[in-house]
Amino acid sequence: MKKLALPEDILLRVEKPGRYIGNEFNTVLKNPEEVEIRFAMCFPDIYEIGMSHLGIQILYDMFNQREDVYCERVYSPWTDLDRLMRQNNIPLFALESQDPIKDFDFLGITIQYEMCYTNILQVLELSGIPLLSSERNEDDPIVIGGGPCTYNPEPLADFFDLFYIGEGETSYFELLDAYKENKAVNGTRKDFLEKAANIPGIYAPLFYDVEYNPDGTIRSRSKNNPAVPETIIKQVVLEMDDTYYPEKPIVPHIKVTQDRAVLEVQRGCIRGCRFCQAGMVYRPVRERSLEFLRERAKTLIENTGHDEISLISLSTSDYPYLGELVNFLIEELGSNGVNISLPSLRIDSFSLDVMSKVQDVKKTSLTFAPEAGTQRLRDVINKGLTEEDILNGSALAFEGGWDRVKLYFMLGLPTETEEDIKGIADICNAIANKFYGIPKEQRSNRLQITASTSFFVPKPFTPFQWSKMLPLKEYMDRARTVNHAIKGSHNKKSIKYNWHDADVTILEGLFARGDRRVGKAILAAYKKGCIFDAWTENFSFRKWMEACEETGVDIDFYTVRGMETTEILPWDFINTGVTKNFLLREYNNAMNAMVTPNCREKCEGCGAAAFGGGVCHENKS
Amino acid sequence: MKIRVKFSKTGRMVYLGHLDIMRYFQKAIRRAGVDIAYSQGYNPHQKMSFSAPLSLGIESLAEYMDITLNSLPSAAWLKDILQKQMVPGMDILSITLLPDDAESAMTVLAAADYEVIVRNDVIENMDLSRMDAFYSQEEIHIVRKTKKSETEIDIKPLIYSLHEDDGVIFMRLASGSVQNLKPDLVMKAYFSYIGLDIPEHCIRIKRVEQFGENFVSLEDMGLQMD
Repeated sequence: MKKLALPEDILLRVEKPGRYIGNEFNTVLKNPEEVEIRFAMCFPDIYEIGMSHLGIQILYDMFNQREDVYCERVYSPWTDLDRLMRQNNIPLFALESQDPIKDFDFLGITIQYEMCYTNILQVLELSGIPLLSSERNEDDPIVIGGGPCTYNPEPLADFFDLFYIGEGETSYFELLDAYKENKAVNGTRKDFLEKAANIPGIYAPLFYDVEYNPDGTIRSRSKNNPAVPETIIKQVVLEMDDTYYPEKPIVPHIKVTQDRAVLEVQRGCIRGCRFCQAGMVYRPVRERSLEFLRERAKTLIENTGHDEISLISLSTSDYPYLGELVNFLIEELGSNGVNISLPSLRIDSFSLDVMSKVQDVKKTSLTFAPEAGTQRLRDVINKGLTEEDILNGSALAFEGGWDRVKLYFMLGLPTETEEDIKGIADICNAIANKFYGIPKEQRSNRLQITASTSFFVPKPFTPFQWSKMLPLKEYMDRARTVNHAIKGSHNKKSIKYNWHDADVTILEGLFARGDRRVGKAILAAYKKGCIFDAWTENFSFRKWMEACEETGVDIDFYTVRGMETTEILPWDFINTGVTKNFLLREYNNAMNAMVTPNCREKCEGCGAAAFGGGVCHENKS
Repeated sequence: MKIRVKFSKTGRMVYLGHLDIMRYFQKAIRRAGVDIAYSQGYNPHQKMSFSAPLSLGIESLAEYMDITLNSLPSAAWLKDILQKQMVPGMDILSITLLPDDAESAMTVLAAADYEVIVRNDVIENMDLSRMDAFYSQEEIHIVRKTKKSETEIDIKPLIYSLHEDDGVIFMRLASGSVQNLKPDLVMKAYFSYIGLDIPEHCIRIKRVEQFGENFVSLEDMGLQMD
């Protein structure tokens, strides 16, 4: 066994050294000397979170199927190790070979949420890679980003050489081949980036310039290299059964957040909630076949030994064969002590039936997300859930034995009024009334409703991408209004209310809709010591405010201003398939509280049909 | 049937704690398709237990796991199929078929052998020559700190043997749920005996065997098969 990158004194001094040793079952071991491309795949958060991410496992498996590529993993060292590595000049390393990241050809970073941006800089700095793309030379790895946040990559444009827009399965091999070819002809880094920029889905920020109007909005965006495309087209996998899906995912040694086998039943979502970025950018809905999932479920359990398998997607209730799949899993795996876990489902009799089959009703709480307190606002966001659905569903659940309910809402949604805000308390109260309306002997004794609110953040490529955010104080006032209304309600003893500070929300809004100028604030905040901003114990709003002020980034411009439907948006150069025209139509429908049918009910012509697959082309052949 | 599996834990695996090793074996056993018995009740779990937990950073050539199986084709099969599920640093060493009324490894555990070295990179040429003199004291007192108080105890009765050979300190110590002495405490007492205040992580410990009463190895308490 090769020596570990960290000396034993350090390993014994840090929390959970198991994060840094690799050596897990199903880890791919190759001789780095025998491959042509070394790829370090990074999730910029701690091991437990990064190892819970399916996307990385898919790409890790896919890359390592190639004999000429060795893909390894790297995660963010926690703050304790971060300090020790800096003190002792230990470079960041990959888990498998324990070799420095600096020696790799690629550093691929998945960008799953805005509050990990400073962690990206941490990974680069600990690796000894210049933070700015423009300062890297021929010896530095190519730094490429992917994942949901890259649908607006501009705030990170200075730090990445390339972004991969869309699903990784389609274009990565072409990119790796281009890298090899470029190496074979002794091409430069820039030569490669130019080649890469012509591969579908690959965006190389350095070949594009942005100019601004005096009022701060974007005046123009232009290519500074004739050989690159104007727009970047999002990549989608169309054949969901004949694609990469790991049969032997790595089995972590330490307990990770998702310590179970993961079965992705479909991609995309038919629902079209107007606040939801994933629901728009992962269009069209594409499901995996029942046969594929049955076979893969068995293989996954056999090859990992997990005692739980989770069925995931954006909306697993909408998977057409959910009932059959669950029955199969219970029969096939239940006898071996394997549990089946389902994410939050829609609240209807079918879903409750499925849930009661796989869960111990007494122990689990029922989770669902009305998102808004009144029917009007649920129509504005196109939640497609009526008050009747919620109350009848709750009654069914209570009769089925559930007595703990978790409800998720958003505050600060476009058009939200005092009535909508208080409506959150009203709907909680109405659900509680349903419970206490059931004869005592037919329900359990005590009801526990936990209502949580988060603050709405407008995201690119959603109908609300133009919407205003609220000033910080206003968010907190709205949360207090909810709290007050719940405390004053008839069933207050059965309802617990959770909310959090809006500081993070403001920054999420800034990053989500920021342009290239925002990168300077991210760099400044990092230099002030901001890392692990998603972790409350590390988050410093004060440092972020200072960083924005010092770099001239006006947060209000990106948040409370709202954006004109006529202005050039920082992410306009990306083509997700869903047209701006559709988003605008949906925005107008929202303002009129008009509900749009889901993709299976009626096609609204969002544009995703252009990809030539998925739900858009069902029953049409 | 009750089976005792002896395994080693070395290399990178020393940085994993006891709970992680338990979870590791639960998964290895499921992967291997071993016909393990499950407990009854709402959350059935594999019938599996371990001897004394090993502190983080300590190597072992003699860890023990007791499992209850419903059926077993052969011991050789079990050893082989479990070994296939091991990662580097974990090796299956032996399989023992225990009598049906056998008590668990943790229950019978009474003593353990350790090899200790002083890290040369931390303390150069550590003086170990006074080990015999140290051990031949009538009593060896150390201060044991608990959350509430500090008590002085005599650890001499818990040391069954102690000697040094070519830089390696061999010790046989009381181990288990009744009486337990950790090797680092012995070393601490020695360092204090020779008048040294030693830094953290200056020794390396390896557990080399675990015993029941009369120093019968835990793997010799049934029919060892391989």
